[in-house]
Amino acid sequence: MIGIVGYGSYLPRYRIKVDLIAKQWGADPEAIKRGLMLYEKTVPGQDEDTITISVEAARYALQRARIDPQKIGAVYIGSESHPYAVKPSATILIDALGIGPHVHVASYEFACKAGTEAMYVAYSLVKAGEMEYALGIGADTSQGAPGDALEYSASAGGAAYIMGKENVIAEILFTNSYTSDTPDFWRREHEYYPRHAGRFTGEPAYFKHVYNAGKTLLEKSGMQPKDFQFAVFHMPNGKFPQEAGKKLGFTKEQMEVGWISPWMGNTYSGSSPTGLAAILDVAKPGDKIFMVSFGSGAGSDGFIYKVTNEIDKVRDLAPKLKDMLDNDKIYLDYGQYAKFRKKIILNE
Amino acid sequence: MISPRYHREVPQRYRLEAGKCKQCGNISFPPRLVCPKCKSKTFETVKLSREGKILTFTIIRVGPDKFSKETPYVVAIIELNDGVRLTAQVADCDVDKVAIGDKVKMVFRKIQDEGKSGLHCYGYKAVLV
Amino acid sequence: MSNEMRSRSAGRDVAVIGVGMTKFGELWKKSMRDIFVEASLKAIENSGVDHIDSMYVGTMSGGLFVGQEHIGAVMADYLGVAPVPATRVESACASGGAAFRQAYLEVASGQSEIVLAGGVEKMTDGADVTDALATAADQEYEVYNGITFPGLYAMIARAHMHQYKTTREQLAHVAVKNHKNGSMNPNAQFRSPVTLEQVMKATMVADPLRLLDCSPVSDGGAAVIVCSVDYAKTLKRPYVKVAASAQASDTIALHSRESLTALKCVSIAAEKAYKQSGLKPSDINFAEVHDCFTIAEIVVTEDLGFFEKGKGGAGAENGSTSIGGKIPINTSGGLKSKGHPVGATGVAQIIECYEQLTGSAGEHQVKNAKYGLTQNMGGSGASCVIHILEAV
Repeated sequence: MIGIVGYGSYLPRYRIKVDLIAKQWGADPEAIKRGLMLYEKTVPGQDEDTITISVEAARYALQRARIDPQKIGAVYIGSESHPYAVKPSATILIDALGIGPHVHVASYEFACKAGTEAMYVAYSLVKAGEMEYALGIGADTSQGAPGDALEYSASAGGAAYIMGKENVIAEILFTNSYTSDTPDFWRREHEYYPRHAGRFTGEPAYFKHVYNAGKTLLEKSGMQPKDFQFAVFHMPNGKFPQEAGKKLGFTKEQMEVGWISPWMGNTYSGSSPTGLAAILDVAKPGDKIFMVSFGSGAGSDGFIYKVTNEIDKVRDLAPKLKDMLDNDKIYLDYGQYAKFRKKIILNE
Repeated sequence: MISPRYHREVPQRYRLEAGKCKQCGNISFPPRLVCPKCKSKTFETVKLSREGKILTFTIIRVGPDKFSKETPYVVAIIELNDGVRLTAQVADCDVDKVAIGDKVKMVFRKIQDEGKSGLHCYGYKAVLV
Repeated sequence: MSNEMRSRSAGRDVAVIGVGMTKFGELWKKSMRDIFVEASLKAIENSGVDHIDSMYVGTMSGGLFVGQEHIGAVMADYLGVAPVPATRVESACASGGAAFRQAYLEVASGQSEIVLAGGVEKMTDGADVTDALATAADQEYEVYNGITFPGLYAMIARAHMHQYKTTREQLAHVAVKNHKNGSMNPNAQFRSPVTLEQVMKATMVADPLRLLDCSPVSDGGAAVIVCSVDYAKTLKRPYVKVAASAQASDTIALHSRESLTALKCVSIAAEKAYKQSGLKPSDINFAEVHDCFTIAEIVVTEDLGFFEKGKGGAGAENGSTSIGGKIPINTSGGLKSKGHPVGATGVAQIIECYEQLTGSAGEHQVKNAKYGLTQNMGGSGASCVIHILEAV
């Protein structure tokens, strides 16, 4: 049995309400909230970035896995906001957590699905017998251009998954990926904000890849949507994942727990990974989870998990995503938000 | 932060590694060559507790250049559960609601940047629990 | 930590026979060399000597403030006294006091007869003053994490207020008193008095310390001529005797100290000084202490033994430390009002003592002053130099 042996998630405490962003740019807050199904989003502190978020999430994953960090053979962080363009985020993480030095490290990038890439490769290395444990993380402090639609959703957060063979809490039954060259959203080297192709990001990009990856995954597994207790999809806003899930045959109830974007925003590479963490926080032994991510450019990674008895032993060993999402929030106004997100030109 | 100088302090800043005197048990953070209590010179590496409490603090309202955009922020002297004291910022707090005696845990944060193109410098901060 | 404190005298009796200082303030037209030479020439002239055997220059950082090191050589050169030995002494904000102590030791030992002890700092030439001053703290474990000097003393203040119920008003009284004294000092940077309300409402710098709780950034120089008492007698000019010279160190980081509300280096150096001179705190008629921040004066007056631990605030509030009070503190205006060109401060404190003890302190004269004490301190209390001077 190969799968997740430890998981952890982390969200910053800061929030900004979608209303304030809308008012800033002269948009109608109610229309935005209705159209995107987004109400507020997480904002990273000035001292937080993809690396610090990954460290905290991975620390919690280690607490749940209860393994010697030295046994981890590979660490991958997937993000679209790696603090360095050249210098992998995970080298700092391994020093922070006492992993390595006999470890393989890399940074992954594929818009919003870099996190599930990291998870997929980590899982595959364990499956291939290359190592006992591997750590895959999806974390982001994504940027949305001021006044752009993405500013309502671009948020911060992450989740970490340790893959292994012993004391597995969620077995990975099937995976598959679906990729094509689809220019729906990108960021050129040296540009500060990403660009996107408007409505083209919907049907030809998000829905095409999520649907096809999902459908193939179901076919591969021989399972039906009704066999699953939970489903989670990449959440660029509140609306898209609901539509995608529905199209694949999943119900609102199945998607309920993992559907956290209305209050979290889109944590890009952290999106479906944090949704998965929210599900694992409440899933019971025997539950089956269906997960499909999406990264612009474009591609989707699909996973089917089956929760084991081990989940009961570890669930409470670290903070839960819903607690981090709902409690101890610190609300910012737009000025503070702009300062935190370095959208203000300084004299440097 | 010049690379070698920064790199040397990583075990302390990232993992809170300290030196415990093999003779008298006194913990020095950061580690040093001579025990300040018993003057012995043999140590073993230990990791500090990540929980503690605030002994005293201040709210920096006029900050040094590197931190000038983060004011007001709280800096505190924290006593960890193993008796070791250190100086750290208290992050994510309402600066007017911090008090002596508050319980904290240590977290991993970015402390400063070496300008626009230099290193990102990480380390420890405290958060209220 | 076991320390046998030896109170042996360093040798023969030592005197201060001449003093000189520049105005303290923003001296835009004067370089570091100009300032030091101006103060030194005044001291030499006032002392009546026609040569010096050696000199010590106290300065915290020629390097960080003006890009110049090798200060001893530079100043000997510009003062025109080369080839005498010239050494720069550094102990952060206690550099001046430490320079004076070195001069004292050289004369007491018999190695030299006439030694110049000077201090100087040029802080307004555009350097990052906050960063430069922060080098007096623990760079990797205090400064790296965002603390400032006001922040360190603010933490001491908060702990002191928590433990001893010292009040915000008591801190403010120190500033009011020192500005009042400074208004009578022609060399002071700030010569106008401040009210309690102004201090209490000033801009907050590091909670609870406000702008008027903090000593300023200043340029300035101060110098004294030191020689043996025997030699001083031949010059037939006013002189004072050095009754005690003591120094102590403590941990560099505030968080490593035994107590957050007591400055051990002060009490240890004080004990040595009292033992050397055979005096008690109650024998001291006035003192120049290191009020880099108002809280520092309060804590120091306790650790010098002038007040019970915890009662330093009350001492400032009830007038005990004002001129005319039980133990006038900082009659010169202190660092707060006189200014704090870092390396010069310790020597300026000696100058105030000399003027008080020779009856030449003008408007801020303490009557019947027989013994004066100077306390100069580095960083957040990692080094301390104390001298006791005696009227003859």
